[in-house]
Amino acid sequence: MRLRPAILAGTMACALLTGVRARAEGATVTIDNFAFTPAEITVSPGTTVTWLNRDDIPHTVTDAAEPRAFKSPPLDTNDSFRHAFTTPGTYHYFCSLHPHMQGTVVVR
Amino acid sequence: MATDEDAPSQGRRTALKCMLWAGTGVMWTVAGGVPRSVLLGGDGAQAATPGGLSFVQISDSHIGFANPPNTNTPGTLQEAIGRVNAEKGNAALMIHTGDVSHLSRAAQFDTAEQIIKGAGLETHYVPGEHDVLEDDGKPFFARFTKGGPNGWYSFDQQGVHFVGLNNVQDLKAGGLGNLGHEQLEWLEADLKGRSASQPIVVFAHVPLWLVYKDWGWGTDDGAQAVSYLKRFGSVTVLNGHIHQVMQKVEGSVAFHTARSTAFPQPAPGTAPSPGPIKDVPAGQLRALLGVRKVQLVASGKELAVVNDTTLAG
Repeated sequence: MRLRPAILAGTMACALLTGVRARAEGATVTIDNFAFTPAEITVSPGTTVTWLNRDDIPHTVTDAAEPRAFKSPPLDTNDSFRHAFTTPGTYHYFCSLHPHMQGTVVVR
Repeated sequence: MATDEDAPSQGRRTALKCMLWAGTGVMWTVAGGVPRSVLLGGDGAQAATPGGLSFVQISDSHIGFANPPNTNTPGTLQEAIGRVNAEKGNAALMIHTGDVSHLSRAAQFDTAEQIIKGAGLETHYVPGEHDVLEDDGKPFFARFTKGGPNGWYSFDQQGVHFVGLNNVQDLKAGGLGNLGHEQLEWLEADLKGRSASQPIVVFAHVPLWLVYKDWGWGTDDGAQAVSYLKRFGSVTVLNGHIHQVMQKVEGSVAFHTARSTAFPQPAPGTAPSPGPIKDVPAGQLRALLGVRKVQLVASGKELAVVNDTTLAG
């Protein structure tokens, strides 16, 4: 799903308030300077990962595997995308506009 | 500049590099695959003899982008079209090498189309990656590439064969621009049987040659396309995407990238990312945006003249 910045800010504020439990449930990857940061994250099953585009240029978050388990719409500046990872495994993804941008989510 | 083995000799490379920074008022003459440049208004200006085909290239208008250094991309596109009107002469047509819009939205396509119509030139488009974000690019193709439902097509104009290619879809993780098997087969068939003396102009968004791999500035299967073109005596490849002027020559194939009408991007490797150059000094933006006029002279050995003009001139 796609969140507007105001909603995202609210979500982040909640995450800060609830502390440790929220960290166990969520993880955030930022997009700056045509790069996913961190490029690789490890999360437990059931974790929702949020990607936030802070570039002036649109990007996508696209599963590299076929068929694709997830693909975001184009994310404009400050748009974000969330996906819940329920099944353990290694998920490689990339930006379908700028395919040199790559990242990995390890679920275990 | 490209650093592969086919790069031009050091002397020419240095000359090309100088041209990169010269910005305006330079006319490119490509004779037998060897480019030479002369200042506009000199003897070279008259070398573009009447009777040849001339056309205009614009690129990367990014309508919808509204961040530093340019919060008015319709305005700079309008200025570019004004420049085209002032200098088009007997230009027969215009090509747009993609990223017409920033986010593929109908309103952005509308705005661009209305402004570009002001040039009064038949305009042939190819998609940039920003133009195919919705519904696999179908809205762009329906509006801008009516002769090519997948964004690629060809046509002839005054004896010159024009080929528009789509290298911005079905990109692979870790890869570059992509033409794909179906399009390459089409290209091979399209060129088959044509006389090697017919001038060819190929236009596509992402450079067909490898400009800079780390930023994805190249096309994975571009070399395959170029292999179909090598038997022709005059091939001019015009690209956009990198928002700056670069040239390279391989035998009879001359590659050129064009400036954007919206915002400049950094030279390869000179910034943390290929994003827009935001800190353009006040008043300098227009020196980094521009339009291009190409002249193909039918007689003699003069094959193509490329004249890049910035919006500041």
